[in-house]
Amino acid sequence: MRASKQRRPAGVELMLLSLAWILAAATAFAQTPPAPSQTAAADSTAALVPSDTSTSAPPPAPPANVTASDAPSDGGGVVIVRWELSPDDAAAHLVESYRVLRSENGADFKEVGTVLAGKSSFRDSTSDGVSYQYKVVSKGPGGEGESETSGGMASSGQWFNQERWNLLILMLLVCGAILFSIWRATSGKPTYIRRIAGMDAVTEAVGRATEMGKPVLYIAGIQDMDNVQTVAGLTILGSISKLIAQYETHLLMPTSRSLVMSTARETVKEAYLSAGRPDAYREDSIYYVTDEQFGFVAHVDGVMLRRRPAACFYLGAFFAESLILAETGNSIGAIQIAGTAMPTQLPFFVAACDYTLIGEELFAASAYLSRDEKMLGSLKGQDWGKVIAMLFILLGSIVTTFAQGPGDSGAAHQIAAFLHRLWTGAAVGGG
Amino acid sequence: MKRGIPIAITFLVGISLVIAFFVPHAPFDSLDRHIPEYFNIIAAFAFVLGGGNLLRVHLTRITRRDHEWAYSIVTVVGFLLMMIAGLIKIGQTETGTGINLKADLADPALFFNWLYDGIFVPCQATMFSLLAFFVASASYRAFRAKTPEATILLVAAFVVLVGRTPVGQWLTGWVPPPFDQYLHIPNLSAWIMSIPNLAGQRTIQIGIALGIISNSLRLILGIERSHLGGD
Repeated sequence: MRASKQRRPAGVELMLLSLAWILAAATAFAQTPPAPSQTAAADSTAALVPSDTSTSAPPPAPPANVTASDAPSDGGGVVIVRWELSPDDAAAHLVESYRVLRSENGADFKEVGTVLAGKSSFRDSTSDGVSYQYKVVSKGPGGEGESETSGGMASSGQWFNQERWNLLILMLLVCGAILFSIWRATSGKPTYIRRIAGMDAVTEAVGRATEMGKPVLYIAGIQDMDNVQTVAGLTILGSISKLIAQYETHLLMPTSRSLVMSTARETVKEAYLSAGRPDAYREDSIYYVTDEQFGFVAHVDGVMLRRRPAACFYLGAFFAESLILAETGNSIGAIQIAGTAMPTQLPFFVAACDYTLIGEELFAASAYLSRDEKMLGSLKGQDWGKVIAMLFILLGSIVTTFAQGPGDSGAAHQIAAFLHRLWTGAAVGGG
Repeated sequence: MKRGIPIAITFLVGISLVIAFFVPHAPFDSLDRHIPEYFNIIAAFAFVLGGGNLLRVHLTRITRRDHEWAYSIVTVVGFLLMMIAGLIKIGQTETGTGINLKADLADPALFFNWLYDGIFVPCQATMFSLLAFFVASASYRAFRAKTPEATILLVAAFVVLVGRTPVGQWLTGWVPPPFDQYLHIPNLSAWIMSIPNLAGQRTIQIGIALGIISNSLRLILGIERSHLGGD
């Protein structure tokens, strides 16, 4: 069958052969050395018009002010060499590249790298504590121009990444607020936390599954344990599975990552033990399916339609499968509680589930369910973080408005620039 | 002790990574690179654990004639077939069909890739295609104008949908300046997406960032113990 498909008519084969002959002849002609008369003509032309600029172009002027400095905010081992471009660099196109030469004793310079014309810096890998001197050579068709020798420079590691000073300030502010709130909560002062409807419905959902004699389905997202949403999903699982153990309901938890399966098993086992029902724990109720996104969805959808769980929890990181899962759960009439920090998937969960934990609520759910004072205190600290963010937004809006106004005295400009640096980590002068 | 060790490990690793983010000097400079590598090594072992668990769960179901046992046969056969085809690299060789252990796994002549492209990918595409139908049914429920908020959502969704198709231009292309800035549907659609929608998205993202910080701090300091069985 295959052979008959590949057979061509004889005419076509002849045409292909002829074409191949023509192509072969043309290639052979192109590779044949020119005739003596042709060579002579070419030589005479070369005598009149300079074809090679290396014989006529002057050597380029050398680059100036070569400096070497230790690379900032790094772990050491790097010296940055900078120079002013050769005057011939852009104007006359006489420079093709720059060769960077290095010496430890000021005499024996060896090439450590080359950069193209137009570049005025080079990062050299060095040994920490050894002083190096540098020269930069501009190289062009007409020759080379060698710069003066730079001062000696030794690389060393820094103990603080200066490009992240803004993040350090913001981290100290937010973490300080959270730690302060935790400390205040432990002092005995009652902490008010607004109601999270989705978490209030957990008892109702698990109770309904118990009454109906149907399992509770729990999906902790489709990401691995290195994703903070999966971690949040498993911390909530700890609280919910304690309730499941108390109600003597059956838990069903397919996972798409084997590490999540192992962690979830430990979490649920501890929860059952803590609830005084270690005998009710079934290891096989938490099992691995596949890492493949839609393979996993196909399995979970199948389980939903066959086992018809009365309550479905989707708490973790989800992608396109969010709506497929939630709509299938909706079609079987299960109470559905979802939570994710993926902004693109939130609308789907809101549309298809009974309750949705939006963004931060996913991370607050475990604390909310535990009612532990320290945990609730951390949520209060989170609110202080929001206050800080709101103040920055408000201040930024005001000073930016004034900085663009006609009567700007300069102060608003400076504050706006400072806020910009604080937010973006830009170097001094940014804004 | 059983809870103390995981909490101590979490504290040490968490604090070290925070320090490594701000300190580029040795020994912290390479921590953020090495710790994910350790995670990958553990995950590789866990994959064997996952495969073993998959076989154990489904073989148990088959032997017990448990409910859904027929599906378990498909799972086990599929798993073993793909694994064997991938491991011994069955496919077209110079001498015909056979085992070619030196073949590149990406070689399309391999039976493994035939299975992957011919069965797995279409199945995956089928599942993904279901999304189109689910979007329609979910939209139908979400966009019912039962409350003022739902009505605003419906109108905004309609404007955005129409504004992103040629119909938007066709309907309101005639609106003269300066009214076209807001009355021209594509412009109105762009305004909805870049002002109210973006503001809402950023609000959620700021909340998420704070939630992650708070949750991480609770885990690092050992305040969060729900995953270890609570108090």
